[in-house]
Amino acid sequence: MSKVKVLMLRAPGTNRDIDTQIAFEMAGASVVESALVNELTSKEKSLDNYQIMIIPGGFTYGDDISAGRIMANEIKLGLGKDIRRFVEDGRLVMGICNGFQVLVKTGILPGIAGQSEQPVTLTNNDSGKFECRWVYLKANEKSPCIVTRGIDMIYAPVAHGEGKLVTERDTLEKLSVTLQYVDEKGKSGAGYPYNPNGSLNDIAGICDPTGRIFGMMPHPEDFVRWTQHPRWSSEKEQKGLYGLQIFRNAVVWAKGI
Amino acid sequence: MYRIEVSVKQGFADPRSNGLQKDILDLGITSVTKAKVSSVYLLEGALEPNELITICRELLADPIVEEYVTQVSPAPEGARLAEVAYNPGVMDPVEESVKKGIRDLGIKTVTAVRTATKYLFWGDVTDETLQSICDKLLVNSIVQHIVASKEAVVLPSANYQFQLEKIDIASMDDDALMELSKGRFWLNIHEMRIIQNYFKKLGRKPTDVELETLAQTWSEHCCHKTFKAKITLGDKIIDSLIKSTVMKVTQELNKPWCLSVFKDNAGVIDFDGRYAVCFKVETHNHPSAVEPYGGAATGIGGVIRDPLGTGLGAFPILNTDVFCFGPPDYPYDKLPKGVLHPRRIFKGVRAGVADYGNRMGIPTSNGAILFDERYIGNPLVYCGTVGIMPKRMSQKGMQKPGDLVVVVGGKTGRDGIHGVTFASGDLDKESETLSQSSVQIGNPIVEKKALDAIIQARDLGLYRRITDCGGGGLSSAVGEMAEETGVRVNLEKVPLKYAGLSYMEIWVSESQERMLLAVPPDKIDYLMAIFKREDVEASIIGEFTDTKRLELFYRGNQVCDLDMEFLHNGLPQLEREAVWQPPENPEPDFAQSEDLIGDLKKILGAWNVCSKEWVIRQYDHEVQGTSVLKPLVGKASDGPGDAAIIQPLADSRKGLIISNGINPKYGDIDPYWMAASAIDEALRQIIAVGGDLREVALLDNFCWGNPEKPDRLGALVRAAQACYDIASVYGTPFVSGKDSLYNEYETGEDTIRIPHTLLISAMGVMDDVGRAVTMDCKEEDDSIYIVGATYKELGGSHYYALHDAVGSSVPKVNAEKGKQLMNALAAATQKGLVKACHDLSEGGIGVAVAEMAFAGGLGIQIDLTKVPLAETIERDDFVLFSESNSRFLVEVAPEHKSVFEKVLKGVVCADIGQVTKEKKLEITGSDGKVIVNANIDGLKEAWQKTLRW
Repeated sequence: MSKVKVLMLRAPGTNRDIDTQIAFEMAGASVVESALVNELTSKEKSLDNYQIMIIPGGFTYGDDISAGRIMANEIKLGLGKDIRRFVEDGRLVMGICNGFQVLVKTGILPGIAGQSEQPVTLTNNDSGKFECRWVYLKANEKSPCIVTRGIDMIYAPVAHGEGKLVTERDTLEKLSVTLQYVDEKGKSGAGYPYNPNGSLNDIAGICDPTGRIFGMMPHPEDFVRWTQHPRWSSEKEQKGLYGLQIFRNAVVWAKGI
Repeated sequence: MYRIEVSVKQGFADPRSNGLQKDILDLGITSVTKAKVSSVYLLEGALEPNELITICRELLADPIVEEYVTQVSPAPEGARLAEVAYNPGVMDPVEESVKKGIRDLGIKTVTAVRTATKYLFWGDVTDETLQSICDKLLVNSIVQHIVASKEAVVLPSANYQFQLEKIDIASMDDDALMELSKGRFWLNIHEMRIIQNYFKKLGRKPTDVELETLAQTWSEHCCHKTFKAKITLGDKIIDSLIKSTVMKVTQELNKPWCLSVFKDNAGVIDFDGRYAVCFKVETHNHPSAVEPYGGAATGIGGVIRDPLGTGLGAFPILNTDVFCFGPPDYPYDKLPKGVLHPRRIFKGVRAGVADYGNRMGIPTSNGAILFDERYIGNPLVYCGTVGIMPKRMSQKGMQKPGDLVVVVGGKTGRDGIHGVTFASGDLDKESETLSQSSVQIGNPIVEKKALDAIIQARDLGLYRRITDCGGGGLSSAVGEMAEETGVRVNLEKVPLKYAGLSYMEIWVSESQERMLLAVPPDKIDYLMAIFKREDVEASIIGEFTDTKRLELFYRGNQVCDLDMEFLHNGLPQLEREAVWQPPENPEPDFAQSEDLIGDLKKILGAWNVCSKEWVIRQYDHEVQGTSVLKPLVGKASDGPGDAAIIQPLADSRKGLIISNGINPKYGDIDPYWMAASAIDEALRQIIAVGGDLREVALLDNFCWGNPEKPDRLGALVRAAQACYDIASVYGTPFVSGKDSLYNEYETGEDTIRIPHTLLISAMGVMDDVGRAVTMDCKEEDDSIYIVGATYKELGGSHYYALHDAVGSSVPKVNAEKGKQLMNALAAATQKGLVKACHDLSEGGIGVAVAEMAFAGGLGIQIDLTKVPLAETIERDDFVLFSESNSRFLVEVAPEHKSVFEKVLKGVVCADIGQVTKEKKLEITGSDGKVIVNANIDGLKEAWQKTLRW
């Protein structure tokens, strides 16, 4: 299959669908469409027509109760099986920011066998505040993650109030960490504000054991053009830092399905 | 009833509780050693035990970091308890989400939900301390209360029995008319008499809803009667201030790119031939004064609906907000009765705007925050939104008779009743209680859903016209939209939040998140299907007619029958007296301080100048991926950017620059020069970031005192006059504007009038975002130029304020020279000759050069004697801190100096120093003496520490 089709799964309050669509189109996807959860559960639209399913950022249902919780329940109860089959078929599931929160709260991530229903959570930033700032991310080369393949570092903004990854110690050891908050030289353990939320082990993104389900808090879709870089007018362009790489990797994989 | 308490488990970070503890410390209360916050959910309905557990585990409590209890848990020993809940009737958006979440779990028996917050305090907490914490931090009695004992989840809803209220206006004398008007309609005696005569002629009594409709349509808020009045100032008669100033300049300039000005909900200009952009700035001052969070949230929510209700609907692409508050360190014991502390207003407003704007997915890219003691009773909350739409959709639509009136978005409740008339009177210490029903709480997700559905319907051409439901509710929206045709509305068709609303309440309610559409009957099914899929309320409430009448019915009973002509044109032009007497503020007499570094640090750390990073980072300025020049710039992304630039279309390098100019301190000397300076400042910022004056549109937002007082009005006339004079020369038309008058606070003994405040917002189109320039200095050995002449203009300056003086030498504007200079500088930027540029405003050269240095992480050395002076200034401190307009500091690379000077030929410009590697700001004064030699880290710290909350 060469035509790559992407489905953006949305709910009331999804708002980074525009950015996500642009990123996927730049990365070479042929079709980028969106659907509400209820359009899938009512079978108006079908996941079968797509190779990539992404839950974009936003504030689904206002992040009331806790970020992503209500959409997570909607998915868990209505689409859980479909998504499992989608991944078993070798397709990709991605979640960014609110989408990551949703994937974690459904238990789809980290997807480690023998764990409780939701072994990981994303909760209030240590600062107690929503924060918008750019962060450096280092990719874990040992991770099975499809979309971070070949990536060394990424620079991207975070814009969230509940991005701190927390889990129990034994889960932490088994987690497939794909991205970590680091300083500009790529070193982890740099502390706030490099790690903007207090995430355990500076974790910014994780994947499931197959590497085909992936979630991250920062917004790679908001760094696809050099003029989005906070210091583009004074620094030399570094293509290697683009968030676009993630979407390119996804599209390349999907072309091979 | 079931009660569930959710709190953070022991051993996990609890930022919410920690934040509260810090806020308590900030109040000066040191006896609280620990605070703990829990969320409380009250559910009504019949639940099986396992269902309750499911709700707790899968919905309300996080399995990793939270725990829950399902019983009432008394305060642990040694702890004090306070539980806070919303007042009955106040909408709590979380309730809807919880209900939906429970339904999703397959549990259908929960009928009602309420939420509350439980607080526990440890330490030596006396009754008095607890009371103080509740009053100052936790409870706003307008919307919340302390839960006393067991409260019912649902209050029995009142049943509404229809009874038509008619008012016997014909027999009333003037006293009786004013008695009727007072506190309800806010109309004056002339207006009341006109209404009386109208109904006398008709030979019938008006209904309450007819009077309400007239009062709203004729309110200051809706029809700006002061700006349209005939004003006498000395021997001059001004026939409509708005038509003879801001609208006149637009008319005379007659720019072809102005697509729709002063006639729609926002001003529209061409963007690139394919798309049009529109911009509107509104204020939400009175609601924010009494309930900062809800007032500000609905302020931004309301202004977002303006672009959405412009043309056939524009998609919002940028938010901007400008706040004016009392000083955050204002002593509590000096606060007038009935006034919330400025710190609390500030925090509430910030949170309200952020929570709404962030949830809507609109970047907040520009703004300002100003402080002055006179804003203590009347804070100002300006919110602006820019929208984009295909150019062919930029004109206001027009319904046809037979088209359906469709209200979409939120349901209607009692919220905000009388908001418009409330905004047209002064606030006083009673306002807090009087205005209870005027408070509105926002629900951004309802608005986001409505936005998503409307844009789909727009692109499918499913409606002929759109407008927003804002101040005045359906009364204003339907009344205005149907002016040209006529309309018949059945009020019982309007979907309600709860039963019990009268026909009058339905008609005037200012419930949020509603839009109004005119839909052709053959498109209605398609339209309704889209709204249903997006889970957005949409109801047909009536149809447009060709009768030119406003006809309202409630369950078949006619409750209103007004002639559109009388409604919209029956209000006679107001006549008002104005006087202008320049205030006397002598120039101060003090010696130049030996410690100019100390003075510079004080100005950098002043509330108005200091870094606003604490606020900016809590706004999402990256969503939509359009940001080119962010609010914070420089080496560490923490320097103060001069203006925001976005690239609205992914496939075009065209940019949009947004800036603002505001300086109420100059208005204390002369509102004319205040207005002139605000325009100059907004334009300077556009030039500083790499724009030019070719296509710049302006917005005016006047916040003023009571215009019935001649001195206030005189000041307003002067400010408006400057808008005309200065914008004419710069060639920058006004495309929209707004005013908020009556910003005065009666303490009982005294009247606090806000400073005359004019916000000028500017929007400029830029050909190539790649030409953008930031303000941080970039490289050692580059030259620093000053462009523009310096005058001895320190009146209203920060430097004078440091010496407790206002002075009289207010900065003036020579727009002819300013324009020439801005054009020359824009040409230099276009040629790529400008590496950094910063406009000079508050704090003059001193502040600007310090900011350029620390934002760039480099040093700067300048020689003040090289600064071109337009008049003799004998003192170094005056040169350093003069706030003359039309000036810039520019960084130019050595190899570009000669070309730069050639391009700038004919305008005042001088090389005054260079960027240095050593991180020092070194300023040389007269006689070659070094008057400032400071480490840039220290200067930056002074600038940042004030608002590092």
